[in-house]
Amino acid sequence: MIRYIIHRFAWLVIILLIISTVSFFIMRFTPGGPFDKERSLPAAIEKNIQAKYDLDKPLFTQYFLYLRNLCKGDLGPSFKYRNRTVNEIIGGSFLVSALLGGFALIIAFDIGITIGMISAVRQNSAFDYLTMFIAMIGISMPSFFLGMLLMILFSFKIELFPPGGWGGIGHIVLPVITLAAPFTAYIARLMRTSMLDVLKQNYIQTAIAKGLPYTRVITNHAFKNAVLPVISYMGPAAASILTGSVVVEKIFAIPGLGSHFVNGALNRDYTLVMGTVLLYSTLLVILNIIVDILYMYLDPRVKQ
Amino acid sequence: METLTDSDQTDNTVTVQEKIWARLLGKRAVVIGGSIVACFIIIAIVTPWIAPYSYEEQSLSHQYQPPSNEHLMGTDSKGRDLLTRIMYGSRISLAVGFAATSVSILIGIAYGTIAGYFGGKIDNYMMRFVDIMYGIPFMFLVILMMTILGRNIYVLFVALGAVQWLTMARIVRGQTVTLKEREFVEAARALGASNFRIITRHIIPNLMGPVIVFATLTIPTVMLEEAFLSFLGLGVQPPMASWGSLTAAGIAVTSPVKTYWWLIVFPGSAIAVTLFSLNFIGDGLRDVMDVRNNKL
Repeated sequence: MIRYIIHRFAWLVIILLIISTVSFFIMRFTPGGPFDKERSLPAAIEKNIQAKYDLDKPLFTQYFLYLRNLCKGDLGPSFKYRNRTVNEIIGGSFLVSALLGGFALIIAFDIGITIGMISAVRQNSAFDYLTMFIAMIGISMPSFFLGMLLMILFSFKIELFPPGGWGGIGHIVLPVITLAAPFTAYIARLMRTSMLDVLKQNYIQTAIAKGLPYTRVITNHAFKNAVLPVISYMGPAAASILTGSVVVEKIFAIPGLGSHFVNGALNRDYTLVMGTVLLYSTLLVILNIIVDILYMYLDPRVKQ
Repeated sequence: METLTDSDQTDNTVTVQEKIWARLLGKRAVVIGGSIVACFIIIAIVTPWIAPYSYEEQSLSHQYQPPSNEHLMGTDSKGRDLLTRIMYGSRISLAVGFAATSVSILIGIAYGTIAGYFGGKIDNYMMRFVDIMYGIPFMFLVILMMTILGRNIYVLFVALGAVQWLTMARIVRGQTVTLKEREFVEAARALGASNFRIITRHIIPNLMGPVIVFATLTIPTVMLEEAFLSFLGLGVQPPMASWGSLTAAGIAVTSPVKTYWWLIVFPGSAIAVTLFSLNFIGDGLRDVMDVRNNKL
């Protein structure tokens, strides 16, 4: 187990190295730098700026300087917001995004699993058809469309929630619903399918034949096995929530990591974009490791 | 899939394909979804001839007109007819969906069959590489690519296809590993068929089932990603428009003071309805072909 975890962390380092290397060189080899402006600066100032950000040094020196700082956990200065480092920018906005994503994940899992279980137990009932139909809509709806509809309905028409920004409880509601909707839908469908599979198994029939109460069979016996596919979906789900939060943060004007990432990409703020991508990747790999460990714990058959 | 009308069948035999078709056509959701998608595809193809207005023609005296008999879906910020723009947008949105999925199928099949067929170290390294790629937040790399390489629609095809091939490669590899042990492959090898011939003539045709099922579910995913990128302004560039960028344009002009609902609702619904239908088709196909992959 410990060997496995060490193994996975070794992969994490390799992934980060690949990402930083590839993105570093792609960014440097393409025309148009972060200091390109309509008005050209005097040559001397240009030179000073270049020297400050090490842009005047040979490419490989720049690369190794960047890697060295990276190892120290220093993501470098932002190219766009001159007086702030990437660490400061990311650190401040990370909490916002984490809160948003965390809430969305919790809601998606709770509601998704509950709906999926009920639909499976009451297969072909009106509840089953209705929820699965709604779930399919949830999967098919782009999050910006859903988010905008919610905003028009509940902020503009009925002034229930603020239309954007960050600060109070009211600011969280609509973004979290928007972010959680597709995952709730997906998990509900996944849970239903897997629950239906499990309910056909012999040990469930045995448990029912023994005279155990049906609800207990469902919540104790069937649930444990049926939830496994949902657990393994947690890794990809976390990744998509990271992506989804970019859109949601843009719509609701939330000062999170995602909006910095998009702005960084549009402004060609090399260090900020790379820092964000590295953070996202680290997060993704760690989440996947947690999911794997959880899976091993829940399903002893996969222990290596 | 065309074997329905194969002439070498006697009346009594029912081929697997016929069974699949029969079961598919028995599913109402698949039939309705299929008809909707087929309609959209036909509209997309004939748009240049049937579009009520010109695509780019701006009329500043007709800005922000709500839906009326003259403009069925209203007009946008530059007075362009929204229905026309959505019809043209369908060409881009559907093209991205199908083209990027094709890219993912091509890469996925080539990669998966090679890994699965040759096995051993090659397989190990190739699939380990796929594992690594899974750890990379790919949408972010696509954003990076679109920012750096320019916002070109062909870059979009390739970038989105390149995100989707991983799962396809895994499915194909899994199928290949089992297929290569089958008797007909052994027979072909005994007859002296080359590896290339075995892969292209015996293995690939037999793994198309799961590939088609997964491809049907990939199209909506890709379309969603295109909409996502276009929404961020990194996808299709003006004056071209996809459903995603049309919705984004509608969202951009919306404020608490003025809401032009038709600019958001119509293009957004076009995406949602199409994805909804495609998802239903994919689901139906999966049920019918009995491809069990809960992990997807």
